[in-house]
Amino acid sequence: MTALLEARHATKLFGRGILHRSNSLVALDDLSLRIEEAPPTITAIVGESGSGKTTFARLMLGLTEPTSGEICYRGVDMRQLDSEQRRQFLREVQVIFQDPYEVYNPFYRIDHVLNEPITNFRLAKSKAQGRALIEEALESVGLRPAETLGRYPHQLSGGQRQRVMVARALLLRPRVIIADEPVSMIDASLRATVIESLRNLNRRFGISLIYITHDLTTAYQMSENIVVLYRGAVAEAGDVELVVKDPQHPYTRLLIGSIPRPDPKLAWGLKEQVPDPAHHSVAGSGSGGGAGNGIGRQGCLFADRCPSVLPICRTQTPPFYQTAPHRATACHLYHDSPVAETKQLSEIFIARAE
Amino acid sequence: MNSIVLQVRDLRVHYYTSQGAVQAVNGVSFDLHAGERLGLVGESGSGKSTAALALMRLIRPPGKIEGGQVLLDDLSLLELPEERMRQIRLAKIALVAQGAMNSLNPVTRVRRQIEDALRDHDVKLTPNERREWIGELLQRVGLPRTAADMYPHELSGGMKQRACIAIAICLRPKVIIADEPTSALDVVVQHQVMETLEKMRAELGASVILIGHDMGLMAQAVDRLGVMYAGDLIETGTIEELFSEPLHPYTRLLMASLPSLERKEAARGIPGLMPSLLNKPKGCPFHPRCPEAFDRCKVETPHLQTMRTKHAVACHLHAPDAVGVNLTAREAA
Repeated sequence: MTALLEARHATKLFGRGILHRSNSLVALDDLSLRIEEAPPTITAIVGESGSGKTTFARLMLGLTEPTSGEICYRGVDMRQLDSEQRRQFLREVQVIFQDPYEVYNPFYRIDHVLNEPITNFRLAKSKAQGRALIEEALESVGLRPAETLGRYPHQLSGGQRQRVMVARALLLRPRVIIADEPVSMIDASLRATVIESLRNLNRRFGISLIYITHDLTTAYQMSENIVVLYRGAVAEAGDVELVVKDPQHPYTRLLIGSIPRPDPKLAWGLKEQVPDPAHHSVAGSGSGGGAGNGIGRQGCLFADRCPSVLPICRTQTPPFYQTAPHRATACHLYHDSPVAETKQLSEIFIARAE
Repeated sequence: MNSIVLQVRDLRVHYYTSQGAVQAVNGVSFDLHAGERLGLVGESGSGKSTAALALMRLIRPPGKIEGGQVLLDDLSLLELPEERMRQIRLAKIALVAQGAMNSLNPVTRVRRQIEDALRDHDVKLTPNERREWIGELLQRVGLPRTAADMYPHELSGGMKQRACIAIAICLRPKVIIADEPTSALDVVVQHQVMETLEKMRAELGASVILIGHDMGLMAQAVDRLGVMYAGDLIETGTIEELFSEPLHPYTRLLMASLPSLERKEAARGIPGLMPSLLNKPKGCPFHPRCPEAFDRCKVETPHLQTMRTKHAVACHLHAPDAVGVNLTAREAA
């Protein structure tokens, strides 16, 4: 069965202009991930800014082309889709962006963003039918149509606007929704509502989700499987229960240890001292979570910040060790485990029990 | 932690719009003790940032400080002439503004921006002394000395935020107000910036007011917390007390809305929306969203009442003369 959407060894480099031709930036390094038609899945892609997570989203959406490797939609390379396939792709793969304040045109009422897909894809035969579709979509994300339609964007809260975006995506009955930091601009008290409506889409309508975020807490709440990216490469991936409860890669441990827990009795941060990147580098030179240079990528990318660094980490890129049936870690600390047979993350992932 | 550094009494700030006055801060009172870390938490629109700006007297039209008193030591800040207030800003009370890292001037080096602050406050130093001082300042906030000769775009977000902290502490203020100092930063960098802020606070013996909406950050970074809703302070207490026994239904809902890392469960959002501050509901401003509201809440505005020595709440459920509510039974449940 061909996958609905698949990244095969997707790599993206960004040039730094004429003067730095040899010095291109690796935004994403050899990522393979498959989204099957069924069953619906929720996959979280987690990393700091500069980890390549948004580049991955843009690749999957066809907004940018991979430097090497390919992105395939229903088995066809994105670059070779004919116009009919392209149209189907635009309908089946939807996106929700980070900023619910910027995606709206402030001069149009909310109705506008919901009518647009209906006209473009001729979803309704009549105005009344279109209206019914919109109301149904709004209700599925927990908004009351009477209180939402006819309003201007500034009259809604961030959480409501983001749910309108979810409703807009839902109108097209997509197979996959790529959500790039959908709740990071929203107040903590409203995040739960947006997350709940996204989960609902997955459960009720069988839509797969790729949830892109820097927030491990919501990633844990949302997803079944997680991919932790560091400077464009996969640090750790697998069953979210395993990765979050018992992180193996020192980078994942650092991420989870840095989350301020809502409990004054718990200590904040790791016991191990993590080198502070600001002491020996400046932005753009690579550390501090930024994307790495093309050169100097041998060895583990995290070695400079790693509290458990070994000599081998500086010379050899760690392979992907399969530390458990449903998890793998790119770290030399786990060299006793077998090397994963595949770089295709979906084969490591845990399948939904249904 | 005994002497009071900053006393705020009945602070009121209104914004005048074509539709009427927005009561952004509506009679907020609190004390800040020496060396204390106080958090102000609330949703967007709760008035927490406006309160912070009012303490600095940085409210611009159409906003206006309508009344109240801010005492910094013996100085009544709201009554000082503007020039005197300018001298006190930064020297005694400093602000790390929301998105402060974007407040650095992009076309001047970090050194110039610190020098500007020193010059504006008439600090007389020889060029060598100044160079030395700035280098030391940057080192103390965890930046390399060489950062002084960089432009803001050469620094990462976390480093810019530290540069802002360096500017904020350069005159050794007694009170540092940090308004969402880490809201645009990744978790790892957030942790480092908050550690820097805490280290500086401890070294200067200053007090910090931390403003934000992240209860997790508050739990880790403050001693005492005030919860704001629709311009009012509705609950205050030590961080341990507030987390172990939140009294106001809003505080409880705010905590229940936090996703957990331990259990997968549907975190609950708070139903409804913050009321428009143009026409606040009568009675308790939270009653339209409150699952436990009863008749009295719709007519009478509750005021902060001290429940225990350090814990106060503005809610009729906890009023001694509450009708139909058995407080002990509630606490047992």
